[in-house]
Parts: sequence; structure tokens; C-alpha cells
Amino acid sequence: MNWIDIGAVDEIPVRGSRIVKTRDGCVAVFRTGPDEVFATSDRCPHKGGPLSEGIVHDRKVTCPLHNMVYSLETGKAQGADEGVIETYPVRVEAGRLLLDGSRFAARGAA
Amino acid sequence: MTRLVVIGAGMASGRVLEHLFDAAPGAFEVTLFNAEPRGNYNRIMLSPVLSGEKSYAEIVTHDDAWYAEHGVACRFGERVTGIDRSRKVVTSAGGEVAYDKLILATGSNPFIIPFPGHDLPGVVAYRDLEDTAAMIEAAGTPGASAVVIGGGLLGLEAAAGLRLRGMEVTVLHNTGHLMDRQLDETAGYLLKKDLENRGIRVITSANTKAIEGNGRVERVVLEDGTTLSSDIVVMAVGIRPATHLGQAAGLETGRAIKVDAQMRTSDPDIFAVGECVEFDGTLFGLVAPLYDQAKVLAKTLMGEDDAFRVKELSTKLKVTGCDLFSAGDFTAGEMREDIVYRDPARGIYKRLVIEDDRLVGAVMYGDTSDSTWFFGLIKDGTDIEEMRDTLIFGPAFQGGGGAAADPLAAVAALPPEAEICGCNGVCKGRIVEAIDGGAASLSDIRAVTKASASCGTCTGLVEQVLAVTMGDAYASPAAQPVCGCTDLTHEDVRRLIKSRELKSQPAVWQELGWTTPNGCHVCRPAINFYLLADWPLDYADDPQSRFVNERNHANIQKDGTYSVMPRMWGGITTPAELRALADAAEKYGVPTVKVTGGQRIDLLGVRKEDLPAIWYDLNQAGMVSGHAYTKGLRTVKTCVGSDWCRFGTQDSTGLGIKLEKVLWGSWTPHKVKLGVSGCPRNCAEATCKDVGIVCVESGYEIGVGGAAGMDVRETEPLAKVATEEEAIAIVTAFVQLYRESAKYLDRPYKWIGKVGLDWVRDQLADAEIRAGLIDRFEISQSVYRKDPWAEHAKPDTARRFHPLADLNVEAAE
Ligand code: SRM
Ligand SMILES: Cc1cc2nc3c(=O)[nH]c(=O)nc-3n(C[C@H](O)[C@H](O)[C@H](O)COP(=O)(O)OP(=O)(O)OC[C@H]3O[C@@H](n4cnc5c(N)ncnc54)[C@H](O)[C@@H]3O)c2cc1C
Ligand code: SF4
Ligand code: FES
Repeated sequence: MNWIDIGAVDEIPVRGSRIVKTRDGCVAVFRTGPDEVFATSDRCPHKGGPLSEGIVHDRKVTCPLHNMVYSLETGKAQGADEGVIETYPVRVEAGRLLLDGSRFAARGAA
Repeated sequence: MTRLVVIGAGMASGRVLEHLFDAAPGAFEVTLFNAEPRGNYNRIMLSPVLSGEKSYAEIVTHDDAWYAEHGVACRFGERVTGIDRSRKVVTSAGGEVAYDKLILATGSNPFIIPFPGHDLPGVVAYRDLEDTAAMIEAAGTPGASAVVIGGGLLGLEAAAGLRLRGMEVTVLHNTGHLMDRQLDETAGYLLKKDLENRGIRVITSANTKAIEGNGRVERVVLEDGTTLSSDIVVMAVGIRPATHLGQAAGLETGRAIKVDAQMRTSDPDIFAVGECVEFDGTLFGLVAPLYDQAKVLAKTLMGEDDAFRVKELSTKLKVTGCDLFSAGDFTAGEMREDIVYRDPARGIYKRLVIEDDRLVGAVMYGDTSDSTWFFGLIKDGTDIEEMRDTLIFGPAFQGGGGAAADPLAAVAALPPEAEICGCNGVCKGRIVEAIDGGAASLSDIRAVTKASASCGTCTGLVEQVLAVTMGDAYASPAAQPVCGCTDLTHEDVRRLIKSRELKSQPAVWQELGWTTPNGCHVCRPAINFYLLADWPLDYADDPQSRFVNERNHANIQKDGTYSVMPRMWGGITTPAELRALADAAEKYGVPTVKVTGGQRIDLLGVRKEDLPAIWYDLNQAGMVSGHAYTKGLRTVKTCVGSDWCRFGTQDSTGLGIKLEKVLWGSWTPHKVKLGVSGCPRNCAEATCKDVGIVCVESGYEIGVGGAAGMDVRETEPLAKVATEEEAIAIVTAFVQLYRESAKYLDRPYKWIGKVGLDWVRDQLADAEIRAGLIDRFEISQSVYRKDPWAEHAKPDTARRFHPLADLNVEAAE
């Protein structure tokens, strides 16, 4: 693991999201509760909708373009839809957001 | 203008007038006589009124406002007593009225068998509201009993209604089985059993001898000596066309007034329509053919060609729980073959009659879901040889599918010509066309095609056509919960938020038993709106419950960029504003600058990160958000009005700007668009806006409920006022009323369709209510009449439009 400090958790509103730019494209970091965060790919596999702009409910997000709903925990599309988004390890420590950078770094190096 | 006199305001003439006013508004000056002291109503819905399932108000088809709008001189409660064809006048108690064209639409009179005692008080027919009211009154006495003479459609609907109202009911029918003109013995038997199960006594082969009582009905005595006590006797034994008036005027009559295929009587200026006519030897007693006649007559009056044809009819009974259907000819015969299906356990009976590989008749009881398909086969004379073996199982089993009896599959299998609404002759293809044209709900379909708008028995079918055609996009209307998080409807939630003073989202989730931790993308925007509309000072708008456009105050585009559209108050701009727009477009590399359909300029293709900066620049030039992204006030379109236009009657531009300045920033259940035109030439297209004002010399005509999106609708008049101040007050109060009572995502026209324009008018006409609405609107605007761009361009919020971190940059460092 290569935990990178990406900012203060308060920078993201509860039930909101912000993006982090990486070599893999944008990662959406979601805040579902005061100290509960998830990170996934920002890109909806359907037609590329920006998931960070979706409405966050429970531990799920609804894509703003055509309403597909994804679990932030598993990355799987809910209901009858099919599709999976990448999920990344992220955690909160002393009010700071830590994202595991090894995945991006490893790929970046390869 | 042609002077058109109409005798009889019934189901047929109402339809004629609708067609005429639709196609040739203003061409006819209409005088409408009606012996009943009221205008047109949906007579066939008297049965639900009798049973208490509907109120009289719900079955009125044309109200005072409608007559007024079309300039109809209403002579209700006035019977026409004579026609003088040489002088072309009709006579009534009120004197004479001259006509150029005359329509006889006198309907039928119920037939009363002259049994001894038939004229005692308490003996009623079943034809109009008075009869219905008399029955309802009789049912008001606890333990009262009724005898219905006649076991046909009308008699049975009367019996079922009276029973539902708690009366002891006996039906007397003179032949061996009920509805013998429409049903065969088996179906008649099943019907009798069903009625008996609901506590109605049925005596078939009954011969009434006398009705007895001392000054009032007390009992009915049969030939065999049976005595039935009764507080009311309903005689429903048939109808006779009301031909007296026509006959006395010397028009050619047979069993009714004779007409040709253009609905013309033997006098070229006199027409007849409805149950009072005889065409080609045929009489009529159901609305479907009358509506066809109405269409033809309207065309004839407008000088267009059309011809009435007699079509095959089908019968249904409007008694909930007694599903029956019959069509065509099902008498047995040598050349005929029957296919019969029975399921005794479920009380299902189906019989098809085939002759020469064609279906000629069908009777069904207990399960009529395939009746439309069978009726289509009968009408079209389809060759059924290939499917004979599985025919009785209906359309779902055709084409080798052997599919389970899925009602949707059956509807999907119907050909476009299959008739769905018998009353209005609407086929499946027409409904699908309406859906393709944007109709998305039952009420839309009713408005566009009239299907399901009369007797309503095809409502389920229409909904199935909607479901089959629209797939998941169709939300079935029956007490639809807000979403999967709750069983409550929008109306419930709105009511509970107010009555239980719920002022936060968690309060709603907890107190109303949401099944999810914090809602979903469907309910959250709605709840957020209800809370901010009802508690503007206590509840703070929640951006996280808003759709991306409303959260980011710009419209997201398909490539993830945004469009930015500032207000141009009332469509007026200045060189300085245009220069600022041009500068911003260049500075932020805006790929497309477009003039919108709403009289302003759209900058398309702005990157999210640039939003706060471009807003800041536009703010500096004095421009604010155009809210092109909101369920809120959008644009106020205006024309040049009296400032410049040689026809302008008032300052339409100025009023538009004032209105936009009052209303901007307010959130509403759906978007709200206004238009103000300087004269009835209506260059601002005000009459297809949610609120449209048309200026006239004497003031301002305010219309509401227009739209020009998926539905195109003309506004309906709300009020006419003399001054700008009054116009602004009415419009403000209207918007607040809409904010307070509409369901989220109902445009004003949908909301008005639910609450009724009369209710809206009444609310706004009451000075106290109006003032309250305006006060509450202003309280809300003290919070929301602010430019969201200015708020979001501040550095603290602006940061949120940027990525949290950029790992590419950090990696490089
Ligand atoms: C920009 C514009 C088209 C144009 O280039 O002219 C436009 C663009 C959009 N319209 Fe519109 N409408 C525009 C005028 C209209 C008009 C004409 C008018 O207002 O006079 C109509 C018909 C009038 C009406 O609303 O009744 C119109 C009827 C719709 C509808 C159908 C609404 C309905 O109730 O049936 C939608 C869909 C919706 O709102 O749910 C819609 C939705 C949209 C959306 C928001 C689609 C979306 O969800 O992304 C489009 C946003 C594009 C963008 O990013 O800017 N737009 N739209 C017009 C902006 C006017 C403005 O200055 O604000
Ligand atoms: C309770 C009930 C249930 C029904 N259910 C169904 C059903 O489910 N399906 C179906 O298809 N049909 C049904 N019908 C039949 C249907 O209502 C009639 O076919 C239809 O109303 C006939 O229309 P009309 O315009 O010819 O006559 P009406 O609707 O009877 O209108 C005639 C009007 O003319 C007026 N009038 C008569 N003479 C004069 C005069 N001299 N001067 C002024 N006014 C006059 C009368 O007062 C009356 O209001 C039902 C009827 C009833 C009573
Ligand atoms: S009509 Fe309106 S919603 Fe449709 S493509 Fe054009 S702008 Fe978009
Ligand atoms: S792009 Fe996400 S649902 Fe279509």
C-alpha cells in the first residue's frame, strides 16, 4: 500500500463527491457519512457519465446521465443493469483522506 | 355566423359541439336547449354516481366556463315544444329562437309498462340525474328495499348500485336469463350467481302484476302471488326514441327520426343525432355509434364529406366484479360451430361462435382480458382456420408461443387496428401514435385520443398499451408511491410534511418510515423541494439532493462540459452585455454560442473548472444566472409591445421584465415559463406557456396551463385584470399555489388537470387567500431571490469545482 494524502475529508460534502486526477483517469471519492468514504472510477461504463456528479444515497451512487445505480462497496451496478466500476482503497485518518496510490503508480511504472 | 340551435344537451350533441368548436371556432352561434336543468354530463357514468364511486361533479363533461368560452347560449331546464320549419324558429316556454341550422338530439325516453300503480310516487326510471338522486335518497333510509324491474344492462347497474348503498334489492326479469339480449344462458347464469353472491335477489321468468301502495309505492305483486315489499321501484325495461318533436314538425319518421348517412333529416336544414335517430332501419342505444354520428354531423355542418356507417357493437356491464363481454351473433345454427371453455372453480366461461372459418360471435364471463382481440377478429372477419385449436386461449397462445396467459403479451399481440375504447372507437394504433407523440399517462391518452374517457371499462387495457409501448418508462398511476423507499404517494408526503411539521430530511425518513437510510435519486430531489417550499426559513436547500445541473448551476452536456446561460430579462439585452458575452466566450474557449428558443444566449461547452470564473466575469457585467437548469422560473418571453409595435396595446416588454424580476430564483415543482404578448397577435407565444399574458386595450388576459414540450397545450383563461399590479399579483399567487400543492415534476398543466382549474380560480379570486400566497412567496424569495452564480463564484465554494487532488502533478514533482 502506498497511502497518499489527497486532502481534508471536509472538502467533500456528506453525500457528495470530488474527483482526483490520476494516470488511470479520474477517480471519484465519495463521502457517504461523516467519516465514511469510498473511491471508484469516475466514469460510468454505460456512456461515460461522471459518477462524481451523481446523487449519493446509502452506499450507492446514481449516474447523472441515465440513472444507473452503482454500489460504492463492490462497484457493481444494481438492479437489472449490468456493469462494474473500478473501486480503490481509501480511508480517513485524523480528518485526512488517504488514497492507495500503489495501483496507479504500479501501472504508471509499467 | 351561422345560427345553430341544438335541442337536447346529451352525450351525442355534446360531442358534436366539441368537434365543431375544435375545427371551426367562432363559425357557429349556438343556442343549446335542454329539458334537464343542466348541461352535458356523462350519462353512462350515472351508475358510478349511484353506487357512490363517483360524484356528479366528476361526470360533468362541459362546465359553465366551457359554454361561456364558446359563446353557447344555454337554455337549460327549457323544453322545446315546437318547430316551425317554414319560419325556421323553435318554440319553448321562453319564446321563439330562430335558426339557420337545427339539430335534434333529444335522446330517448325510458319506457314505462303501464302496470296498475305504475304512476305511484316512488316508481322511477333510470335515465337522468333526477332518477339517480331519487334512488340515492331512497337508499338513505336504513333497511329500505328496492325492486328493479328489468334485468338488462341498466336494471342490473341500478340494482348493483342500490345494493352497494345498503338496500335490500330484488331484480325481476321476464325471460329465462339475465341480459338475454346480450348473453347466452350460461353467462346469464354465472351473472345471476355473482349478483346473488353480493346479496341481490334475482327472480327470472317473473311476471309483474301490479305495483301497490297507499299514496306511495309499498310493494310489488307478481302473477304467482309473490309479494315483494319495496320503498322504491326502478323500471328499466327499455327505451323509446324521443321522436315526438320531429314527428310533429313533419319530419320523416319510422321508429325514430330518419336520417341519411350525413345525419340530415328529410328537411335539409334539420339534422338529428343520437338515440333519437333511425338510420337504415337501425336504432341506437350505446354511445359508440353516437360518437361516430357526432363526428359525421360536425363534418356535414362544416361542409365536409363523411358518411356514418353502422358498426359491430360489443357490450360490457359496469358492475365491478362482474366481468362480462359479448359481441356479434351467438345464436346456435346449423352452419355454426361453438368452441367453449369452462373453468367452474374460477367461474370462467368463454364461448366462441364460428361460421365459415370466421368468428361471428363471442360471449365471455369471468375473464374478459382477451375480449378486445376477439372483438377485432369478429369485426375484421379474420380467417381463423390456422389458429382454431388454440383460438379460445387468446392471442398470447398464437404464433406457437404457448406463452403463459400474460395479459401484457396479449395486448402486445393486438394488431394496430384492434379497438381498445369501444365508446370512442379508438384503436390500439391511435393510442400508440399518441404515445409516440409524447403522451405518457392515462390522462394524456384521454386528452389526446378520448380513449377511456367515457365509460372507463377499457382503462386497464389503455394502461396495458402504455406499459407495452413505453416499457419501463411507464409509471402506472394507481396510487403510485414516490419511489421504492416508501409506500407513500407524493400527495401523502406533502400532506404529512405540513401536518406533522417535518422540517428536515432525516425527520421525513424517520417519521414516515423510509425503508432506506437516506432515500434515493428519485425521492431526495422531491423531498428537498417539498421541504424548502413549505419551510423556507427553517430548511436549507440541500445541494446533495439535487440533480447535477441544479447543483452545479449549469446544464451538463453529453461530453461532461456545461452550458452557461445568463438571464436576459424579458429578452432585452444591451451592447455591454453582448460584449461581455463575447469576451467570456473567447476567454474560456466556448465552442458554441447559440441563441436559444427562450430569447437569450447560451454558451455551450464550458469546462466545469471554468464555471466559477465565467460566472464571475458575467456577474461583473451585471448578468445573473438564467436558471436554464432548474425546476424553477426559466424565461419570460416578451414581444416589443406598445414601446415600438404599431399594434401594441400595453407595455408587454416592461411587464415581462417586472414579472421575471419578481419570480426569478424561486424553485417550483417543475419548470415554469412565462410569456407576455402585447396584443392578441401573440408574438411572444404566450398562449403555450405555463403562464401566458395577452395584453388587450382594456388590460391583461392571464392564461395558465400551457406547454409546448412533449404535450402541446394552449393556456386556459385564469383571470382578466385591468392593471399591471393586479397581473403581477395574480401570477405571483398562482406560482405560489403551484409551489405549495403540486406534485414534484408535474408541470402546471398536469397539476391543474388534477386539482381542477376551477379550484385554482376560486383560490386566487379570494382576496385573503391570494394575499396569503403572495406573502408566503415573498418570504421564500427573501432566501432564494439571489444569484447562485455570485454565491458559487466565491473562492470558498469555487474550490469545489476543481479536482481535490491531481496525482499526475504530484507524481511529477
Ligand atoms: C437551450 C434550449 C434549446 C435551444 O437551443 O434553444 C433548450 C435545451 C434543453 N431543454 Fe428545452 N430548451 C430550450 C427551450 C425549450 C422550449 C421553448 C421555450 O421555452 O419557449 C421548450 C418547449 C416549451 C415548454 O417547455 O413547454 C422546451 C422543452 C423542453 C422539455 C419538455 C418539457 C415538457 O414539459 O414537456 C424538456 C425536458 C424536461 O424539462 O423535462 C427540455 C429540456 C431541455 C434540456 C434541459 C435537456 C436536458 O435535460 O439536458 C436541454 C438543455 C440543453 C442545455 O444544456 O442548454 N426542454 N425547451 C432552450 C433554452 C431556452 C432558454 O433560454 O432557457
Ligand atoms: C344509467 C345509464 C347507463 C348507461 N351506460 C351505458 C354504457 O355503459 N355504455 C353505453 O354505450 N351506453 C350507456 N348508456 C346509454 C347512453 O347513455 C345513451 O346511449 C346516450 O346518453 C344517448 O345520448 P343522446 O345524446 O342521444 O341522448 P341523451 O344523452 O339522453 O340526451 C338527450 C337530452 O335531450 C334532452 N331533451 C329531450 N327532449 C328535449 C326537448 N324537447 N327540449 C329540450 N331538451 C330535450 C333530454 O333532457 C336529454 O338531456 C347508459 C344510459 C344510462 C341511462
Ligand atoms: S429538443 Fe431540447 S432536449 Fe431535445 S435535443 Fe434539442 S435541446 Fe435537447
Ligand atoms: S452514462 Fe451512466 S447511466 Fe448512462
